[in-house]
This record gives sequence, C-alpha cells and structure tokens, in this order.
Amino acid sequence: MTAPYPFSAIVGQDQMKRAMILTAIEPGLGGVLVFGDRGTGKSTAVRALAALLPPIRMIEGSPTNAERAEDSPDWAPPPDGAIVERPTPVVDLPLGVTEDRVTGALDIERALTRGEKTFEPGLLARANRGYLYIDEVNLLEDHIVDLLLDVAQSGENVVEREGLSIRHPARFVLVGSGNPEEGELRPQLLDRFGLSVEVRSPTDIEERIEIIRRRDAYETDNAAFLAHWRAEDAAIRDAILAARAAKPDVTTPDDILRDCATLCTALGADGLRGELTLMRSARALAAYEGAAAITRDHLRRVAPIALSHRLRRDPLDEAGSVTRVIRLTEDVLG
Amino acid sequence: MSGAAAWARALRALSLLAIDPEGLRGLHLRARAGPVRQRFETLLFTLPGPARRIHPDLSDTALFGGADVAATLAQGRLVWQEGLATQPARLILPMAERTPPHLAARLAQLLDREAGHGLILLDESAEETERAPDALIERLAFGLDLNETGWQQAQATLPAPADLDAARAHLPEIRLHPDHIATLTALAARFGIDSLRAPLLALRAARALAALNMRDTPNDDDLREAAELVFAHRATQIPQEEDEAEPQDDTPPPDPETDSADTDETQGDIPDDMLIDAVAALIPPGLMERLQNARGVRGMRGAGAGARRKGNRRGRPLPSRPGKPDGRARIDIVATLRNAAPWQPLRRQGESGARVIIHPSDIRLRRFETRSDRLLIFAVDASGSAAMARLAEAKGAVELLLAQAYARRDHVALIAFRGSGAELLLPPTRSLVQAKRRLAGLPGGGGTPLAAGLLAGATLAAQARGRGLDPALALLTDGRANVALDGSGGRAAAMQEAYEVAGYLRALSLPAILIDTSARSAPETAQLAHGLGAQYLALPRADANRISTAVSTTLDATAR
Repeated sequence: MTAPYPFSAIVGQDQMKRAMILTAIEPGLGGVLVFGDRGTGKSTAVRALAALLPPIRMIEGSPTNAERAEDSPDWAPPPDGAIVERPTPVVDLPLGVTEDRVTGALDIERALTRGEKTFEPGLLARANRGYLYIDEVNLLEDHIVDLLLDVAQSGENVVEREGLSIRHPARFVLVGSGNPEEGELRPQLLDRFGLSVEVRSPTDIEERIEIIRRRDAYETDNAAFLAHWRAEDAAIRDAILAARAAKPDVTTPDDILRDCATLCTALGADGLRGELTLMRSARALAAYEGAAAITRDHLRRVAPIALSHRLRRDPLDEAGSVTRVIRLTEDVLG
Repeated sequence: MSGAAAWARALRALSLLAIDPEGLRGLHLRARAGPVRQRFETLLFTLPGPARRIHPDLSDTALFGGADVAATLAQGRLVWQEGLATQPARLILPMAERTPPHLAARLAQLLDREAGHGLILLDESAEETERAPDALIERLAFGLDLNETGWQQAQATLPAPADLDAARAHLPEIRLHPDHIATLTALAARFGIDSLRAPLLALRAARALAALNMRDTPNDDDLREAAELVFAHRATQIPQEEDEAEPQDDTPPPDPETDSADTDETQGDIPDDMLIDAVAALIPPGLMERLQNARGVRGMRGAGAGARRKGNRRGRPLPSRPGKPDGRARIDIVATLRNAAPWQPLRRQGESGARVIIHPSDIRLRRFETRSDRLLIFAVDASGSAAMARLAEAKGAVELLLAQAYARRDHVALIAFRGSGAELLLPPTRSLVQAKRRLAGLPGGGGTPLAAGLLAGATLAAQARGRGLDPALALLTDGRANVALDGSGGRAAAMQEAYEVAGYLRALSLPAILIDTSARSAPETAQLAHGLGAQYLALPRADANRISTAVSTTLDATAR
C-alpha cells in the first residue's frame, strides 16, 4: 500500500484543511463534517490528515490504545506490554457495518469452541484516542447513528448483551463526509460534529488543472512527489504540535466571549455548544497562528465552519447557511 | 452509435485495462445476458491477472475474510477463511444493479485503497431507474453499453497477448506533456463533469493508449480516444457551440471513422472543439433524461415507518431459526446452547476434553422484524385550470407535507402532470432541498392529463415496492381531466380513463389521499377519490393542520 496523498499538496479547499488542522490541535472540538460532491477530495483529505497527526504513546497490544495501565479495561489482557509510539489511529466505519462490529461483542468463535466468555472489541475500541471516519455518513443506518450519538456524547462504550457487561473508554474525533444530494443527515448527529465544511468542485480551470497535475505526479512519480511535499507536511505537523503546546496560554478576552454569545443568539443556534465550539476553535486557530489572544479576526474566520450547521433551520430552507453565517458575522463583528 | 462501434469501443477498453489495470480500475458494462455478453466475459477472463466472480449478496466474511464458523466447529479450532479481496484481483460483479449500498461502500473503499484491485460491473438493468451504484461507476474508467450490439457485430477480438504484454512493459516509459493535462481537464469541465476523477482516469487511458501504439508520449489521437472512452458516459452537458442550435439527437451521430479522418489533416495541437465533437458523437441520445432519472435513485436504508419486513439485523426480535452463519446474521448464543444442551452427554461419549460440543446444526440465528422505508409520491396537477385556481396553494400544501416527511424520515418523489403527459420531476429521494427546488420551479398551464398522472404514480409505486420501499400517493388535482392517455382532448373520455386508472391503483392497494384544489369542488372529484380508495380532502376548507392530520392518518394506515 502506498503512502497517502500529502495533506499540504491538496490544492485549494482551504476551509476543509483549516477545519482538519483545528481538530488536530483541539480534539475536544468534536470532529469535522465534510459535505460535498463526489470527487472533491474529501476522503483524500481525511487519509492525508492521518499521516499528519503526531503519534500517540500506548501500551503495546492494548485493544483500546491505552497509555497507562489504569486506563486499560479489566476485560483486556493484562497491560504489561512496553510503551510504544504508534500513529494516531484513524478507523474507517463502513456503511452497512453491523452493531457487533461497532461496539464489539461476544467472541463467538471462542465461545463456541472453548466455551469461554470473552469480549471481542469493536471499531469503537480501536478508534479510542484517535479518529473515527465515516464516509457517506448521511447514508448510515439509523440504529448505528443512535449508537454513535450516545458514545460520542459520553466518551464511553457500554456493551450489555449476550451475557456480557463491558465498558471501555471510547473518545474519538468523529470525521464524517457525505453528499447532501443523496440524503439528509439527522439533526442530532449534525450537532455532534464540532465543525462543518461544505466543499465544491473547483470551477476555476487553472485550479482543476493544477489538481490533476499533482495527482498525476503522485501516481506516476510517487517517490519524488512524496519527497517534495514531505517537508511541508512536517512543517504543518510541527505547527500543530506547537499550537497544542501554546493553546493553554492563549488568552480569551471578555469581549470575545461576549461576541461569541451575541453571534450565537443572533443566529438562533440551539444550546450552548455553538459558543463553546466557536471559542475553542478560535483559540486553536489563534494558537496555530502564534497569536497571544483571540481576536475578532479569528472569530470571523472560524464562525462559518463552527456555526453553519447549528442554525435552527427549516429543513426546506435551501439558502446557504454558510452565507447566512458570514453575513451575520459581518453584522455583529462589524 | 452502431453495434459494431460499441463492440470496438468495448475491445479498446478491455485492451487498456489489460495494459494498466491498477490505474484504470475497471469498467461498467450495460448489457443483458446473451451471447454478446458471454463473448465479452470470455475475453474478460483472458486478461492477465487473477479474476474473481462475486455477487451482490456477498457477505463481508466472504469478501474480506473471517472465521469460518462451520469449519471451526467441526475441527474444534479456529479456522480462518480467506476473503476474495485479500489478494489483489479483478472482481467481476454481475447483476451490479442489485448491489446493496453497504457492498458498494465496501467496494468503493477497496478501490480507493489502491491495492491493485479492479472491478468489472456487469449491469443487466432493464429499466432506467435501475442502475449500478454511482459511487462505483464514478471510480471506474470506462462505461460501455452493448445492448444494441448483435452477435454478428461482435466478431472482432483483442490484440495479441504478446502485443498487450509489450505495451504493459512500455507503459512506465510514457511521458506526458503538461498540455495534455490541461486539455483533458478543461475538456472534462466543458462536458460538465464535476468530479476530478474523470480527467485523472482519462490521463491514465491516454497513457495506456500511447503504450498500446508504442509511442513515447500520447499524441492527439490518443488524447481524443481517451476522452471518448472516459468522458462520453459521464457527460452531464453537451458543450454548446455558437452555431450549433439544433439538438444533438436530430442529426445522426457522425461515424467516428470519418471523424478521425478529418482530424488527421490537422497536425499538431487539435482544437478543443474537435475533441468535443468526438466525445459528443458518442454520447447516447436521451442521455439527459437518463441522468435525471438516475440521479438520486439509490437504495438508501434506515429504519422507516412503513410496512413490516423480516430481517436479521435489527428491529423487534422474533424467535430465532436454525441457519448457517454468513457473517451478517447474528448468532443467538443462548438458543444455540439450549439446542445443543440435550445432546451433550451423547456427544461427550465420543470425545473428551471439550466442555461444550456444538455442531453446526445447532446454530440458531437471530431474526428481527423491521419497518421498511416509506415513500410519499406527490402527483401534482399543474394544468392551466389548476394553475388558475390554486397551484400556489397546492405547492404550499406539498411543502407542508414535505416538512412532515422530513420529520418521519420518509422518502419523497414528485410527479407533475400538465399538457399532454406526466413527468417525474424528482425520483425517490430523501433530499428535501431538491424536492422543494423542483417544486418551486414547477410551471403551470396546459390541459389536465389526470390519467397519465395517475399512471405515472402507479408505475413509480410499483418500482418503489420492488426496491423495498413502501409507497403512498398524495394526489393534488382539481379533478377536471380533459386530456386522455393518448394525448387527445375530450373531457368525458379523459374522465373515463382517469376512473379506469384509479381502479388499477386501487388494485395495487396503494394508500392514497386526494387533495381537491379546485375553488368549487365537483362531485366527480370525490367520486374519483372513491375510485382510488383514497381519502378525499377539499383544499378550500382545509387549513394546514387539517391537511397534516389527514395525511398522517392516511399514511399511518400503511403501517398497520
């Protein structure tokens, strides 16, 4: 399997790239939803992001990627492996996946052949401390969505079935992508995503040509292409690490909090999740750019991706919510 | 495009696939089973590399590997079974139009992984609304149609294997000129192809063609042929020339042979227009209609509120049944053990050591009862008489119902009838934004072909049933039919036909509601509702709430 397409080599799609970098800096944001047409590089960006993420430290062989022995669930094999560095897990959740595969279930083979009751961890365990990527998230079956909503909210996966009573931590960043033409996303799930981005096929011919040129170089002259972009990817990774370190020191002026609240009330966003996400993502952006405090400029740039999917919306309203957010941001922030 | 030309094109696609299987991924073939397709498949299996035949009901275990429960039990140790996709192979999928979304998603991911897998979709769809999943078609380089090709026309065969091998060896040497990239990308944009996979695949095809012709760099003929092969079936628009006013399908498509003869004279850079003509000639007539139909037709899943259906994955539990685990059904452990329990003393006599001895025949699988998705078909009368009266209000009522459909996660479809016939404005979808947009753009005027509208509704309902949806019809009309099915006028005949079609719909036992949009409701309309077995509601006296309540009651009747 070849190395994924480099993140920095993705042409355009600045909003999408910014949103992904922000979640890498602040995993608490709650993930990204990327909605757009086919062939716009949604999956490419997600896979590229995986290569960009700093590795995590974990106990070797831990089914939930635990770093410390006390985090290891009691059903897992004893946590006595060495501490190793592993790439941040990015787990694909395919459509049509069964509930067993997601939550984990009784290990049927062992139960039948050896009469032992053991737990076979599922995708949620593997995604702990990493990313869970759902392509075509709007086509996901409802019962799987319900399950994810619950786990994404509580950060814990609870399995009560087939005589098993198991719980383990499942904190992950949810990354979803989909094509809105094919179906709507349930509002409850929409709300669980911290940021949302709409991507379109670039209409500019030059930009399209550049994309094809790079992609072609990636496919035909892989080694040289990767070598060329590796440095830029490394620069972004360093910037992400630096931003993670700098994030606690970024100050949040009271004016900015007031702006966040005004903006969210003006947009009629439900709940307080909007304000929190707006503030957190602005802080991550400020940290990424090396600013000492959040400014209105940061707010202005993250508002569309943090708020556009939170508007109290009429399901039939087709006016672009991004446009509404931008217009209101201009009104509120001046 | 003649049958022989289609066959030549198919051969070309196959040769290119033989040269660059990784880059081109595969092809989508529309052809009914028959000698021509048989011949195509024979050639397909002569291509180098392993080929595996799969089928739309394939389980995940079979595709990706997993534990073989039956063998595990028989041998008393864990037996793994290798999946079809573990090794890179060309996967051949017949009956591709029946591919369930979850398999399509898995296969799409497999292709994206770039592990050397290819995919051949053999699409046997008979109707326009059936189609292999777009997500897969989009990832494959070629789209072929051999439905019009006769046995006599399918005589030509592939180049000699030695030539193909030589071309494959030559492929890494091919160098592209930056202009090639620009030309193909710009061309894709002019044909309204949004996805950037298309120009990439066309570049790959151009490379493979150059290799086949033993050139070091693709020339103009290679580019044109690559564009023809990759873009023709993807085009969503035909680039409009200033002087080309007449519609494409009126003129017979120019023969590709003469076309290339023309362009041979122009050495050097071929103008884009020439390329456009070459591709446009291959675009099948009626493409636009097919696109309209195909868009959004996709078996979407999700727990609906429709009729009950038995499944093995979710829903209300039913008693478990014996069966073979296939990786999708869940094993009911308790029932399995309970079934094995009485036999334990007997079985232990033969063996020792094992605590529980379970045989494959003991396995019980879980079954659940679920509800299928509901489809609400709106048949809207947009005739002159209705437009005069209250088309706007009818639209308002539909919007109200749409909002309700959204809350219930129903699918919606929109049929409009006016003038001489009915038109499917929106095939079944859950995208309400689309529904609203199509509705808003609905013009009024013309006669009232009520029978045609009802018939279109009935056809759509039957198709939806075939796909596991549970249809219901909401008919909005003033009931003043004056156009018969054959397009002739005459109120009496038109009404008579409408009653007949209504009887047909009633026989389908399709839950329906008729919303009378006329200013003064006529007794005929109520009679029509009776003929349909539909609930009748006169809009003049109906406010928003009454409409929603009435529709809910009607629709809930489906669930019972």
